[in-house]
Amino acid sequence: MTLVSIIGFVLIIVGLWGMLTQNNIIKIIIGFSIIDTGIHLLIVSIGYIKGKTAPIIDSVLLKTDAVNQVVDPIPSALVLTAIVIGLAVTALMLVYAVNLYQRKQSLDINDFEELKW
Amino acid sequence: MINGIIIVLGIIMIASAFMAIYMRSLLSSIIAAGVISLLASIIYLLLAAPDVAMTEAAIGSGLTTVVFLYAFNKVKGRGEDNHG
Amino acid sequence: MVKRFLILLVLVFFVIMLLPLVSDIQPQTELNPLAKKYVKDGPDELGSANLVTSVIVTYRGLDTLGEVAVLFIATAGVGFMLRRRKGSKTNPQKKRESSEILQTGTALLTPLIFLFGIYIFLHGHLTPGGGFQGGVVIASAILLSMLSFPQSEINHKILNAIESLSGVLYLVIGILGIYLAAGFLDNRILPLGDFGRLFSAGAIPVIYSLIGLKVGSELVGILDSMQRSDS
Repeated sequence: MTLVSIIGFVLIIVGLWGMLTQNNIIKIIIGFSIIDTGIHLLIVSIGYIKGKTAPIIDSVLLKTDAVNQVVDPIPSALVLTAIVIGLAVTALMLVYAVNLYQRKQSLDINDFEELKW
Repeated sequence: MINGIIIVLGIIMIASAFMAIYMRSLLSSIIAAGVISLLASIIYLLLAAPDVAMTEAAIGSGLTTVVFLYAFNKVKGRGEDNHG
Repeated sequence: MVKRFLILLVLVFFVIMLLPLVSDIQPQTELNPLAKKYVKDGPDELGSANLVTSVIVTYRGLDTLGEVAVLFIATAGVGFMLRRRKGSKTNPQKKRESSEILQTGTALLTPLIFLFGIYIFLHGHLTPGGGFQGGVVIASAILLSMLSFPQSEINHKILNAIESLSGVLYLVIGILGIYLAAGFLDNRILPLGDFGRLFSAGAIPVIYSLIGLKVGSELVGILDSMQRSDS
């Protein structure tokens, strides 16, 4: 367990707690975006190696020596695209929330009981 | 040194996460959620991932907050003055 | 009360399920074999100084194509949900004009931010940054001018043309890779050039610029439809 992975884990749990306990739809989406950030922190912390630098080669960090001096580039690459997708998905969810609000003039999740049994 | 900074940032992030969930005002929740992303971008920089830090700072705390505010504006503006 | 208890139960189960996964993350001391291969062979094989870029654009290029497709679908969903109904086009309350300081400042800053975005995605293979970040910077430049000139309309024809053209060109370059180089989205269809120069690394700057234009125009589309739908 590294330090950053603990932070990410706690953020995931807090976000899930928020999603499950809150009634306001916007708050639920905020909980989702907290989970998003937590997962990104978790993935980036997997690739970190203590004391090594960013994987960009220049006149100080030579090609031949790069293997011993850089962190893992793959988690960075995965998270980078995941952040952009996260924005688009959050926007889509918010638009649905706005649409639901226009139907019922309410954002309380308990007012939407069409699918309840 | 770096561990100390990460611990402080982590405590602030978790506190803002609770604030984002339990704040009464929706606007404060949105801003607190933006703070989490902004601090996460500093942690990415400390973890030697500058690409991710740039993306998170621009998207996570910039555009996501703006999108949330647009949605908040639509939800708030209608409910108060005219029901129709 | 029962509900609270059930939620707590679910959360405890979730923690028990996820905890082994997190506690397995040990502080590493060296790269795993795949990363070692990417770091060792990447600079000579692809000519890109930023190894994250070479992983995104070439080694894992297919994944990036998939993610761009997801972004496109999400944007289409936003546009569909917020489409303007026919006939309800008249906007009763006029938006307030912004102050003159804001307008002048925006006119000064927008071209500079735009240029900065283009710089970021053109130098994606040399410095931190790339198509996704550059696209977001461009989108924020347009957001600034959208906020200070609320009356102005964005030309949707140009926006759609940029978006679809860059998407199609991205695919065409990918398919060219099959015929001219080793496989789909291979960047060696253009000469690799001198390591560390702007015009190097084969097709990586071209692909990343296309991704930047596509991401930028899609994010502008999201912001525009969220601002415009007054309903």
